[in-house]
Amino acid sequence: MTATIDALPDLLSPVRFHQVGKTFGTGQKAVVALDGVDLEVSAGEFVCLLGASGCGKTTLLNLVAGLDRPTSGRIELNSSRPAVVFQEPALMPWLTAAGNVELPLRMAGVPKAQRRAKAAELLELVRLAGLGDKRPHELSGGMRQRVALARALASTTDSGDAGKPSLLLMDEPFSALDAITRDVLQGELLRIWRATGTAILFVTHDVREAVRLGQRVVLLSSRPGRVVRQWDVNDAPDAVDEINTALRKVISSHAA
Amino acid sequence: MPLEVQEEGSVEAGLDALDTPIHTSEGSRLRQIAARVLPPVGAIVILVAIWQALWAAAFWPEFKLPAPAAVWSQIWQLVTSGDIGGLFWVSVHRAVIGFAISLLIAVPLGLAIANITVVRRGIGPLVSGLQSLPSVAWVPAAILWFGLNDRAIYWVVLLGAVPSIANGLVSGLDQVPPILPRVGKALGAGRFGGIRYILLPAALPGFLGGLKQGWAFSWRSLMAAELIATSPELGEGLGQYLHNGMSLSDISMVFAGIVLIFVVGVGIELLVFRPLESSVLRARGLTSSAR
Ligand SMILES: Nc1ncnc2c1ncn2[C@@H]1O[C@H](COP(=O)(O)OP(=O)(O)OP(=O)(O)O)[C@@H](O)[C@H]1O
Ligand SMILES: [Mg+2]
Repeated sequence: MTATIDALPDLLSPVRFHQVGKTFGTGQKAVVALDGVDLEVSAGEFVCLLGASGCGKTTLLNLVAGLDRPTSGRIELNSSRPAVVFQEPALMPWLTAAGNVELPLRMAGVPKAQRRAKAAELLELVRLAGLGDKRPHELSGGMRQRVALARALASTTDSGDAGKPSLLLMDEPFSALDAITRDVLQGELLRIWRATGTAILFVTHDVREAVRLGQRVVLLSSRPGRVVRQWDVNDAPDAVDEINTALRKVISSHAA
Repeated sequence: MPLEVQEEGSVEAGLDALDTPIHTSEGSRLRQIAARVLPPVGAIVILVAIWQALWAAAFWPEFKLPAPAAVWSQIWQLVTSGDIGGLFWVSVHRAVIGFAISLLIAVPLGLAIANITVVRRGIGPLVSGLQSLPSVAWVPAAILWFGLNDRAIYWVVLLGAVPSIANGLVSGLDQVPPILPRVGKALGAGRFGGIRYILLPAALPGFLGGLKQGWAFSWRSLMAAELIATSPELGEGLGQYLHNGMSLSDISMVFAGIVLIFVVGVGIELLVFRPLESSVLRARGLTSSAR
């Protein structure tokens, strides 16, 4: 690991956690969501974050996205502003699909013609070409999720600090979808990842999804959230059973 | 299995077609309009019929309850003489200018109350309290401060409209789902970008409710002010017309004044605020087709 980084000094890790902790509230009612988390995502790497419900996965993503601050430890961010796909699509209901995709470009002051073209290109990437002028309420759940993905991608492409590696944060984006749509979107995400070369930190509680998508799977424990184990799953699709056992152990040890 | 080797795209298109909500076509346009217009017209006809019956039964003397026909002929006389244009112009242009100034004051005020905790704690309750204080209460003070002129009237209108517009904006902003500003921040919105591109449009439905109420308050306050503050330099608006009716003990003129004030207030709401509100709500999928 260190050797490759030394060999390629200009390829900084987009994000690195140093003993990060996050506690909500104070005193008796304090909830320790994360404790002593060390985690690194390399440039262009696809990392899946796995854990039981309530173990702090969303909290961790919010810290990377800069929407919350860690209570202890340090997060080193070397990427351009991370793009975020939230747990729900959270599209702006007053904008069309294309308007939603254009929003980050508009806020970055990109001229109209240019952002039109970019939005059309991104909608095409998520296979929604021709549906740009639909409002969110006229779209299905899966389509909304894809618009949210296109919007997140638009928010990375606008940032001026080119040269820095890009980073995409995704919080259980497919968990509310039916099996077939999820399968299709997983395929699309892999295609987009290969096409753009962005690093992805992908949250899920579905072991199969984690193994199918990720190069590396990171397992978090519950209360407090800590990194329990990591697997390199690039060429080990049979890791599913092993990870399942580990996940079950984490959940039952917490219940006990 | 040739069927399963279908292209991924077509599977997905089939799913999308299943998921997309279906829009049923609505009845003919004519029937829609009739269904909308007939109920209020029917209600008015019934009201006038009851009025006519009460008048015919002579429960009250003629100088207390005029005949519908007498009130109508008062209004018709105003129309044929052309005086009605002057009455409308004086009152409506005052209301519109007063409303516009109120808007300029209320929007920054509402933004400040909603976004800055100190301001909210400090003047939030004051603004809410002012909303429940009838703005007529300001007429005597306004006349003593400014004399009998337009400034006194605008002062009263402002105190009627500003609090309700500001409160509407604040409650609209408070009801914005917290996820939206977070999404905005993640997409790179700064403080002002967040207000301009996320908060204000998200708060628009609540804000429109506030605008509608603000218009009602500014019209109400204006009529109260015109009714009390009458002087030749002020020109003759609907409030003064009503006042003159009282001075002349002419009950049909008084009724005509009330009808005209009602028609203008409701007319502007129906012609301006209703369509605005329904188009905003429809664009967001917030309407049921029955309303
Ligand atoms: N704003 C907050 N205030 C107080 N506690 C919070 C807050 N946000 C999260 N928590 C707590 O922190 C813990 C982790 O929450 P988090 O949302 O990160 O879970 P998660 O792993 O994303 O769960 P899920 O898979 O269900 O989405 C939970 O116990 C939750 O109750
Ligand atoms: Mg979560």
